Amino acid sequence: MHMTRSAWLALSFLMVAPLAANDDIPNDRQQELRNLLIQDCGSCHGLKMRGGLGPALVPDKLQGKSADYLSSVILDGRPGTAMPPWRALLSPPEAHWMADQLLQGVPQ
Amino acid sequence: MKRWSCCLLLALVSASTMAARGTGDLGLFIERASSSVQIIETSGNTSIGRIEGLGDLSHASVVYSRDARYAYLFGRDGGLSKLDILDAKLSGRILQSGNSIGGAISQDGRLVAVSNYKPGGVKVFNADTLELVADIPATFGNAGQRSKVIGLVDAPGQKFVFALWDAGEIWVLDMSDQANPSIEKFTNIGRNPYDALITPDGRYYIAGLFGEDGMALLDLWDPAAGVKRILPNYGKGEQKLPVYKMPHLEGWAVAGDLAFVPAVGRHEVLVINMRTWQEAARIKVHGQPIFVMARPDGRQVWVNFALPHNDSIQIIDTQTLAVIQQLKPGKGVLHMEFEPRGEEVWLSVRDEDRVEIYDTRTFERKRSIPATKPSGIFFTARAHRIGL
Repeated sequence: MHMTRSAWLALSFLMVAPLAANDDIPNDRQQELRNLLIQDCGSCHGLKMRGGLGPALVPDKLQGKSADYLSSVILDGRPGTAMPPWRALLSPPEAHWMADQLLQGVPQ
Repeated sequence: MKRWSCCLLLALVSASTMAARGTGDLGLFIERASSSVQIIETSGNTSIGRIEGLGDLSHASVVYSRDARYAYLFGRDGGLSKLDILDAKLSGRILQSGNSIGGAISQDGRLVAVSNYKPGGVKVFNADTLELVADIPATFGNAGQRSKVIGLVDAPGQKFVFALWDAGEIWVLDMSDQANPSIEKFTNIGRNPYDALITPDGRYYIAGLFGEDGMALLDLWDPAAGVKRILPNYGKGEQKLPVYKMPHLEGWAVAGDLAFVPAVGRHEVLVINMRTWQEAARIKVHGQPIFVMARPDGRQVWVNFALPHNDSIQIIDTQTLAVIQQLKPGKGVLHMEFEPRGEEVWLSVRDEDRVEIYDTRTFERKRSIPATKPSGIFFTARAHRIGL
């Protein structure tokens, strides 16, 4: 049994989709997201992501956490804490982009 | 010749910095991303100086010495900086914790207290020298956990009052005997107090709760009566809307017997009758309110909002409880400060790198001052007010 052409296409799309996602965010939107990350996430997590009311989000504190996990926390929040769900303001690729930024370390 | 001109230049510089002037019309605003403050004056509405190198200023705030010459700046990185606003220079700075949130100055002006997230607690310093006077860890529970501390204010009788975010407690720290500070603790005041304020007479301390509906009220004239819950169930059990920024309780928006506070997770300003401490009204507003601040005469209340409504301001008439004006100063309106008698108000518009000055009678924009990511604005009139 061999895969149909469309199944191959779908599979290859799935494989490249996570990489392609960041490229889908236009530069000016990336600029806005960077500002949101530093200034608005920074209101609770610190402008340098070293923590505040919310926990520190610097790379060594995030070790072992995947970008998928982080973007799900960004989108859905953490019920019972002060972390709100951002789904109304951010698309899943945008949340993923922000999670990647956190894992790489937000440039100061 | 060259040496002579240097001397002349020096003489001119020292003459300009030493010129006699009062500080009653001075103030500053935080430029939070560039570790700096701009010093301003409100007689001509101009920026007159800048002090740099002040560390991480996310959520920075300021109190003033009673001579209104020095500003004590509390930075996120635990930095406590003493700024000379007349000479526009830093006159002292210590790193007193890993992570701090705010501070207060004592009734007699001799002590400065800082509330810390990490390690959770309050530290009290000599206002002249910034030497440590008292270290009060915010421990709770049986395992010796430490709580983040919020809502630190000064109170009459050389006291500081603050609340414990993780523990749900209010503590009253009495510093009248500096060598033997005493603490009175009130427990089970409600889940996650997020900020607090004290009435201008220094009598009532009120903490807003994030973890449940309502506020915790302590009458400092009658502490034996304990902490009382007010505005219980204002959310009526409905699902909270997302809170994209923690509201602030600062100053006390009071007009007559009515006080105005932000609801949490609802697009409403709550109005409290201060005689009965019952809800008097609720006013539907544009978004999640952050600061709800009264013009000094109490006739208007100005409200700013969390994302995605943080480009706007609404103004409430305290007689009719109606929203009478909506302004759009620009993206990221973070804070506002009224001039001492209220004819003008300054607004920081973070994402547009401007501080705006509005006429509070005509609602016209009168001036715009360039600033780098401005946040908190603090005028020296605070020097003489309890709790600010």
